[in-house]
Parts: sequence; structure tokens; C-alpha cells
Amino acid sequence: MKSVFKIVVVFMVFASVVSCQKNTRPNYQFMPNMYEPISYEAYQEADVMVDGEHILSNNMEALLPAEGSIARGGHMPFEIENTNDGYLLAKTALKSPLDSIQYDRLRAGQLYDIYCGICHGKKGDGQGNLVKREKILGVPSYDDAGRAITPGSIYHTIYYGKNAMGSYANQLNEEERWQVVDYVMELKSDLEK
Amino acid sequence: MDYKYYFCMRFYTRFFQEYMKKSYQSLEDNSTNNMIQVIYRHLASKIPYLGLVILLTFSTSLNAQEGDPAKGKTLFNTNCASCHNLDRKMTGPALRNVEARLEDEQGLGRDWLDKWIRNSAGLVKSGDAYANQIYDEYNGTAMTAFPQLSDQDISDILAYTAEPAKEKVIKDEVGSNGGGSTEAGISSKLILGALAILFALLAVSLVLVRKTLRRFADEKGIDAVVEKDKSLPLWKAFVQNQFLVLVTVIFFLLISAYFAYGYMSQVGVDQGYQPVQPIHFSHKIHAGENGIDCKYCHSSARVSKHSGIPSLNICMNCHKSIYQVADETQQAGIDEFNVDYNAEIQKLYKSVGWDEAEQNYTGVTEPVKWIRIHNLPDFAYFNHSQHVEVAGVQCQTCHGPVEEMEVMYQHAPLTMGWCINCHRETDVNVQGNEYYTKIHEELSKKYGVEKLTAAQMGGLECGKCHY
Repeated sequence: MKSVFKIVVVFMVFASVVSCQKNTRPNYQFMPNMYEPISYEAYQEADVMVDGEHILSNNMEALLPAEGSIARGGHMPFEIENTNDGYLLAKTALKSPLDSIQYDRLRAGQLYDIYCGICHGKKGDGQGNLVKREKILGVPSYDDAGRAITPGSIYHTIYYGKNAMGSYANQLNEEERWQVVDYVMELKSDLEK
Repeated sequence: MDYKYYFCMRFYTRFFQEYMKKSYQSLEDNSTNNMIQVIYRHLASKIPYLGLVILLTFSTSLNAQEGDPAKGKTLFNTNCASCHNLDRKMTGPALRNVEARLEDEQGLGRDWLDKWIRNSAGLVKSGDAYANQIYDEYNGTAMTAFPQLSDQDISDILAYTAEPAKEKVIKDEVGSNGGGSTEAGISSKLILGALAILFALLAVSLVLVRKTLRRFADEKGIDAVVEKDKSLPLWKAFVQNQFLVLVTVIFFLLISAYFAYGYMSQVGVDQGYQPVQPIHFSHKIHAGENGIDCKYCHSSARVSKHSGIPSLNICMNCHKSIYQVADETQQAGIDEFNVDYNAEIQKLYKSVGWDEAEQNYTGVTEPVKWIRIHNLPDFAYFNHSQHVEVAGVQCQTCHGPVEEMEVMYQHAPLTMGWCINCHRETDVNVQGNEYYTKIHEELSKKYGVEKLTAAQMGGLECGKCHY
């Protein structure tokens, strides 16, 4: 009887030690005040009080830049509007600032494959993986006659999105967008051959 | 010429009037004279005519439509589906029975549709009332022109839209499948329970047998209990032997030191950390099955210190169109992970403030409080762009097989030893980096190696990560 009791005790101790392992919560830390930053971390929840008021919406540390602010590196704001007229204006008037030397085909292709190819297809024929798997339908080919895309219209579409396509302005910066535009024009001319 | 024509007309009208009058009179006479007349007396003889009429009606309607719904579906999916759904408002209106509805509600026929499809902008500009109404209703979104669609193509598409909505048949099948799996679960539980009972019975019977045997022995007068040894008990002998005690104590100390070291080493290491996230996001479906590149969502990994938690507009790039998962996926989610994927998409819509019915943003948003998994202590510096863009390290090298993870967890220990190890072992790709060619050559000469590792290029210096 005694030995049974001992076995049970040992088992319980073992079980209690093992059950401490729980993957849904983080482990202990030696010195948390060396691990945790004093300054704000990106995307953290921050309750900032100024004069007794919570100044951050939803207590989000991540904020939109102030209106009219210009990012460093000469990224001038895009002045064409997000309207149908703006689209038509961009289609005719907007030209790529990149010349043939600045156009980096390799990098542009990589960016295209990451951000566009998943729907538009690696060849730009509208047969990306998501289309083939019938998750997203109706992605047009770049040589579509009704759309007759130009560098300006491509840039406008990347910047603001169009119809079901969203904006990619926050995933690609200005220079990268123009790289992708040139790559798309290349795919278009390949398709039209 | 004019005169002739006039005469002709006169004659014709005259004739027509005469005829009408006559027939009207005869009708009147009939109805007044024979009040009860069986009008359909000769119906049987009229059947062939009737058949002809029916045939003609159908053939004309076939001529007008003549669409092949199967072809129409392909055309619809390639051309229309980016903005239109059959039963659901998207960028453009729902299109089920569009031709019939237009005819009924607006009195607009196929020719109007043709014009609209081939050049909607032109129709709006021409001042067509209904075209302008639609254009305004959808916030001035111009429909792309499709001049390349032939009459036949449009007929096919319209035939596809005219198909009645399919009932969901799959649901039942899937449901019965689900029932089957739960049944299997119950039966395995039953077997386990039966086994447990069997073992319990065995144990009880053993005890009983022992008892009866002892009783027999007692009755026969045999002393079953062996006499106890009168010599020293084992533990007393052990205590008296001091050398043995010393060795044992050292042995136990070493063992506990080993375990204590192991325990201390894993403090602050979150390998395997797998928190429950506010939205059940499956990397397995997104990165694995659909093959979306990591950098599509975590785009800042290319250009900044942080890999970035994707903002919700990136989710909406696709989920504006994908409002529910495939039926099989939904069922798999319920069976395997007890997750309703469609409900998770609704959580996204709620957070981002997307009104599904109206297809616009309400402006009422709330943050998704993702729980950060990979976290380096504040005193260690790590930069994603340096590893992803410059070194070209695959995301999976540190984050493990993310494309197979239904629920994300921390794959690597993220300890200093782990970092250092990789810096020592990984050869740096110095190809096509002319700016540093000279320094790379010098370093290769210094270490006498062909390929440089990150460590040989200063990747082990304290100040590289701790400052």
C-alpha cells in the first residue's frame, strides 16, 4: 500500500512539472526589464495620455503619417486623383520617369512575381495561381483590347487599385512601382506578339 | 411616282377597312345568333398548326438566345467575374437573369445590353437615362469596355447568367461524412473503454486468486509467509558504508546540476510558442496551398528592420473578392481544427469596417490585436532587410516550415548561440557585388578560404548586434 502511495506522489509531481509546459503562453524571462523595451515598439499597443486624454486612436502605436507629409528620399506626392477622370488623365499624360538604364529587369521581375503574379500570372495573361485555383476570377490579360493599358494607367492602378484590385502603394515604393510598370509593359508586348 | 404610290396606299387601306368591317360583322352575327357555340370543335384538326406555332416560337427564342451556358461560364469568369458575381453585389451589380430583369424593370432589350457591354462609357456620355442611373449608383465606376466580345459571346454569357441558381447539394454529403468520422471516434473510444474494463477484471481476478490460494495454504497448515531475515536491513547497511554514500551524493548532485542547467538554459527561450491569435489565420492555406509569397504580406521585410504585421488593407486585396472559403476547406477546418473559416473572414470584415452588402468601407474600424510570437530581447538588434534582401536568406531558414503551419509557432530558439552558429556556417554570396570585391579578396587571403562566412566578415563582433 505504501509503495502505491509513493508511486502516486511521484507521478503527481512529474505531472505537475510537465503540465507547466504550455505553448500558448510565453516562457519565463530572467530579467524582464532588460528584455522589454522602454521605448515604443512597432505595432505595439500604447496607451498614451496627454492632459488626461487618450491621444492614440484605438491605442495603436502605428499611425498614419500626417496629411501632406512627404517621405524622405524625394518621394513627391502623386497628384492625380483617384477617380475615373484621374485614371484617364494618367492613361494619356503620365509617363515613366525611368530610362532604360534605370530599369532593372531582374528586380522588377522579382517584385512582379511577388505582388502581381499571384493573380495576373507570371506571363501577365491573367492566369495566376489564385485564378487557376478559382479563388479570384476575372483577372484580365494585359493585352486586353478594351483596357488598352499604358504605363500611366498601370501606375494609377497600382497606386489606387481598380475595381476588385486593391492599392499596392504601401507594399511598393514609388521607384519600385515604376519598375513594375515597365515590367508589365514588357509582358504586354510579349503577349501581343 | 408619288401619285402611283398614293393610289396604292389608298387602295390598300380601303381594302383593309372593308375586310375588317366584314369580319367584325360576322363575329357579331355569330355571337348574337348562336349564343352557345362550341368554338373549339375543330381543335383536333388544328393540332399540327398549333405544333407549328409552338415550334416557331421556340425556334425564334432559340435564335434570339442561342447561348451556350458552359462557354458563357468561361467567358464570364475571364471577363466579368472580377467585378460581377451572379448573386452578389461586388464592384458592379449582381447579374443573375440580367437580361430578363432589364426587360421587365426597365424595358431595355438586348441591343441596349450590347451597347453597354461594348462601350459603357460611350452610352453614359450619350445621355442614356438608365446608363447614367447605373453609373451614378456605383459611384462613377466606369465599366471596362469589351469591344472584343462578339454577339455570340454575349449570348453565351447571358445564357450563363440566365441559369437558375444551384442549390447547395454538397452540404448534406459533407455532413454525413462528418457524422461518419465522429462515429469512428466513438467506436475507438468504445474499444478503449472495453479494454480498460478487461484489464480491471483481470486485476481483480488476480487478487481473488491470490486470496483463495492463501486461504488454502492456511487450512492445510503450511506457513506461506517466509520468515523475515534477521540480518541488517539494506538501507542501514548503505548508511554505514560512507564511501557509497559519498559517491551517491556526488552522483545525485551531478544529475541535478545537469537538469538545473537545462532548465536555466531554456528560461527566456520561447521555442514552440504558439499563442491563440485573435483571428485564426492559416499560413498553411495562404502560403502553402495558394502559394502566396511571404513578402506579399510581410512586404516590409524587404526594406526595413521589421518584417511587419500586414495591415488589413493587404488582407482586403484578396478578401474583397474572397468572402468565403471553398466548401471543402470550410469542412476541413471544422473537422480538423474546429475553426469556422468563414466566421474568421467575417472577423476581418468587422475589424476593417467592410460592409459586405453595400461593398464599401463604413469607416468604423477596430484593431486586430495579434500576439507577437518572435521577439528578440531589447538588447539584441536584428534587421530583416539585411538578411532577406542583402543576404538572400530564405524566410524558412529561421521561421521554419511556415507554409505547413495551420497555427503559427516559433520554430527557432532565437538564442545567441543559434545566431552565431548560422553566422559561422553560412557562406556569404559575394557574387555581383563589385563595390566590395577588393575587401572580399583581402579577407579570403587572410583566412585562406575560398568562400567567406558571415563570421569571417565580422559577423561575430559584439557591437554588430549589441549596442
